[in-house]
Amino acid sequence: MDRRESIKALILGTGAIGLGLQGCKNVNDDPLLNQEIAVAETYFGRTPEELERIEELNEEQLFNEHELETIAVLSEVILPPKEPFGGPIEADVPNFIEFIGKDMPKLQYTLLGGLMWLDHEANTAFGTDFKSTPLEQQKQLLDPIAYYDAEIPMKVQSLGIQFFSLMRNLTLTGYYTSELGIKDLGYQGNQPNVWDGVPQDVLDQHGVAYDPEWIAKCVDQSKRGVIAEWDENGNLLT
Amino acid sequence: MQIKESPDVYDVIIVGSGAGGGMAAKQLADAGFNIAIVEAGPFFDPADPKTMTQLKWPYESPRRGAGTDRPFGEFDMAYGGWQIEGEPYTHTEGTKFNWFRSHMLGGRTNHWGRISLRFGPKDFKGKTRDGYGEDWPIGYDDVKPYYDKVDKLIGVFGTNEGLPNDPDGFFLPPPKPRLHELFYIKGAKKSGVPVIPGRLSMLTKRINKDRGVCFYCGQCSRACAVYADFSSGSCLIFPAHKNGGKIRIYVNSVVREVTTNEEGKATGVSYISKDDRKEYKLKGRVVVLAASACSSARILLNSNSKQHPNGLGNSSDIIGKYLHDSTGASSACFVPDLMNRKTNYNEDGVGGMHVYSPWWEDNSKLDFPRGYHIEVWGGMGMPNYGFGFNHNAFNKFFGLKTGGYGPQLRDEVKKYYGSVIGFGGRGEGIARKDNYCEIDTTTVDQFGIPVLKFNYKWSDLEVRQAKHMQDTFEEIIHNMGGEPIWGGKPGKDRDYGLETPGNIIHEVGTTRMGNDPKTSVTNKFNQLHDVDNVFIVDAGPFVSQADKNCTWTILALSWRASDYIIDQLKQQNI
Ligand SMILES: Cc1cc2nc3c(=O)[nH]c(=O)nc-3n(C[C@H](O)[C@H](O)[C@H](O)COP(=O)(O)OP(=O)(O)OC[C@H]3O[C@@H](n4cnc5c(N)ncnc54)[C@H](O)[C@@H]3O)c2cc1C
Ligand code: SF4
Repeated sequence: MDRRESIKALILGTGAIGLGLQGCKNVNDDPLLNQEIAVAETYFGRTPEELERIEELNEEQLFNEHELETIAVLSEVILPPKEPFGGPIEADVPNFIEFIGKDMPKLQYTLLGGLMWLDHEANTAFGTDFKSTPLEQQKQLLDPIAYYDAEIPMKVQSLGIQFFSLMRNLTLTGYYTSELGIKDLGYQGNQPNVWDGVPQDVLDQHGVAYDPEWIAKCVDQSKRGVIAEWDENGNLLT
Repeated sequence: MQIKESPDVYDVIIVGSGAGGGMAAKQLADAGFNIAIVEAGPFFDPADPKTMTQLKWPYESPRRGAGTDRPFGEFDMAYGGWQIEGEPYTHTEGTKFNWFRSHMLGGRTNHWGRISLRFGPKDFKGKTRDGYGEDWPIGYDDVKPYYDKVDKLIGVFGTNEGLPNDPDGFFLPPPKPRLHELFYIKGAKKSGVPVIPGRLSMLTKRINKDRGVCFYCGQCSRACAVYADFSSGSCLIFPAHKNGGKIRIYVNSVVREVTTNEEGKATGVSYISKDDRKEYKLKGRVVVLAASACSSARILLNSNSKQHPNGLGNSSDIIGKYLHDSTGASSACFVPDLMNRKTNYNEDGVGGMHVYSPWWEDNSKLDFPRGYHIEVWGGMGMPNYGFGFNHNAFNKFFGLKTGGYGPQLRDEVKKYYGSVIGFGGRGEGIARKDNYCEIDTTTVDQFGIPVLKFNYKWSDLEVRQAKHMQDTFEEIIHNMGGEPIWGGKPGKDRDYGLETPGNIIHEVGTTRMGNDPKTSVTNKFNQLHDVDNVFIVDAGPFVSQADKNCTWTILALSWRASDYIIDQLKQQNI
C-alpha cells in the first residue's frame, strides 16, 4: 500500500460505539481497601438522548473523501509521526475532525472553505491540489499562514491563518487526547493512585519545598483504611 | 384529562433529591417516617457502569470530551446545564441571571466542587456587622451541632486552624499540596494572603463500612463510583434505604404545585410524569421543598389557591426576592518556573484544590463589605478536548513566534504542560429585595408550568470587591514570577471581571427565614410562616450567603429542619 492508500484505509473506518459490557476494575491494589468497581469497557456514560445524537452525527458525512485525505495529509505535516508514538492518522485525528465539524457546526465554514482555499492556492502555485504536492511545496504554501500574532484576536486574522490555526488546534487536541498522544505526553493519571506528595526530585527541580508543619497535618496514607474517630474537640484519633 | 390521584398518604413528601432533599430524606426515613421523594430527573447511581464516566479516557468518545452536550465537558456528571430544552427561563430587560440546573437523582451534588465550608459567627449577623442586608434569626451556635454532625456523617477533609470566622470542625486529614499549589502558597504568603489546606468532602480516610476511600483520580465532577465523595444519592438516599427506610422515589416527575385544602393547609403535591406527560397527585401530611432555591420559589408561586391567591406562603410578597449568588472573578497566569515538568508521576489528587485562602482582610479599611476566598487550580491534568489549542501561545513572553508546524510541536506542548495556575475569587454579595425571580405569566415550559423570570443586577459594592480580587491576583501572579493570561487584568470597563449573576451557581435567598412573617417567608426552622406543614430545605431560606459556598450549610440546616419536623410530627402539631 502506498502512503495515500494507507491513509484512506485508516480514516475510513467507522466511528460506531459498541455497548459491550463489562469488566471489573480493582481501583486500589491495596489490602487496606480492596475496593472494586464495575466498569463498562466500551461505554462512556451517555444518556439515551446523547447516544442518539452521536448516532445521528455518525450517519451524516461532512467531508468528502478528497477532503478527508487532505485533512489527513495536512495533519501529518502539522505533527509529523514519531516512533513509537505514531502520528495524527494513527491517533484517528481525521475522523475526530470529521465528527467535531458536525458536532460544532460553527467550525464548518472555516474547515470546508479553508480546504478549498488551500487547494486553490496549491493549484495556482503548482498546478495540483494540496495533498498531491510534495512536502517541500506544501511547506511553501503553509509558511505564510502558519504563524499568527498572539496579540490580535484570531477572528480578525486572515482566513488562511484562521484555518491553519484551527487545523493545528484540532490536530494537537485530537492527537493528545488519543492513547498514543497521552503516552507521548507522559500523563500518568486517570488510574487508581495513592497521592502522597510531589517527588523530591521534582521539588528540587522547581526550587520549592514542603513545610514540615503543613505536612504533619496531612493524611497518613498507611492509616487511610482505618475508620476515622475524633475526640469531642475534633482532633482525629485514628 | 383527569388528574390521577394515588391513594397512599405519605408522612412526608420531599420535592427534589439534591443536597437539601437528600439530607431530609435520610433524617426522616431514619426516624421511621414513610417518605416519597419526587424528582424531576432520572434515577442515577454513581456506581452504575452504564452511566459512569469516571476513569473514562477522552478517546472513548468521538468528541474527546468536548462540552457540546454537557457544559462542563461531556464527562461531567450533570444532566442539565445553563439551558434545558423545553424548560426556558426569561429575564427583565437589561438584567441577567444564569441559572444552572441539573435534573437527576442527587441533583447538582453529583458534580459539585465539594468545597465544604461552614459559615462563621459573623456570617449569620451581617447587618450587625456592617449595616448591610439582614441578620439571620439564628446564629452559629444554633447551627454548629449540625455542622459537626454533617462533618461526621458525610466526611470532609481539612484542618483545625482556630480561625475566628472559618470555624474548626471534625475533619479528615487533607492531601498534601501539589506542585502548583506550593507555588501558590509561596506567592500568596509573600503578599500576606494566608493559605490553608482545602476543605472538601472527599474521603481521604474511611468513615464507615459502606463508602469507599478516595483513590485520587481527580474526577469528583464525574461522581465517584466507590462513593468516596459526597453525592446526595450515594451518601444519603441509598444508605437511608439500605437502613430499612420507607422511601419511595418518583423519578422523571416534575412537581407543578403544592396542593392545599379549604383551610389552606398543604395536602400534597401535583406532578407531571415525563414518561407519559400526565398529571398525578400525591398526598402527604408534610411537604418538604428541596428543588433548589429558585425552583422551590417557582413551585410556591405557582401554587395559587383561594386561600393563597399570591402563591403559597407568600402573604409577605417576599418569595423570589433577595435572590443572590456568590460574587466571582477569576484570573490565570503562566509561570515560567513551572515549565519543563517531569511527567513521570501522577498528580491528579482529589477532584479539587488541596489548598485555599480564606478571607483575611479587615473590611473597615476597605471600600466594600464582606469578603471572598480564593480557590486555586492548575497542574498536569488529563488531556481533553481543547488540550493543545494555541499550544505555544506563551512563546510570546519570550519574544518567540507563535504558531508553526513540524516536529518541534511535540516539545513545545510538553514544555508548557502544567505551567498554568488559575484563581477563582468567590465572595459574598449583598442580598437585595430588588434582585429577584418571579413568575413570567407569558411563558410556560413544555409541561405547561409557568416559568421564572429573573431580575438581577450587581451593585458597586460587588464591583469593588471584584477589583480587590483582581488586585490580589495581580500581586500573587507577580510574586510567583508569572505572566497574566486571558488578555490580562480586566479593568473598570469590564467590571473587573465580575461574573454574571448566577455563574457561581450558589443560588440562595428566595424564601428567606426570619422572625417577622411580614418580611420573611419561613421561620427559623425553615417552616412557612403561612402554612405550618410546608418546609423548604434548599438554600431558599438563606438570609445571606457568606463567602462560603452554600452546600454545607444547606445540609446542616436541612438536618436541623428535619429534627424539628420529626419533633412536630411526633407531637402531632402538624
Ligand atoms: C459546577 C458546580 C460546582 C459547584 N461547586 C460547589 C462547591 O464546591 N461547594 C458548594 O458548597 N456548592 C457548590 N455548588 C453548588 C451546589 O451544587 C448546590 O448548592 C447544591 O447542590 C444545592 O442543593 P439543592 O438541594 O438546593 O439543589 P440541587 O442539588 O440542585 O437539587 C435540586 C433537585 O430538585 C430537582 N427539581 C427541581 N425542580 C423540580 C420540580 N419541579 N419537581 C421535582 N424535582 C425538581 C432537581 O432535578 C434536582 O435534582 C456547585 C454547583 C455546580 C453546578
Ligand atoms: S478524586 Fe477521590 S473522591 Fe473524587 S472521584 Fe476520584 S476517587 Fe472519588
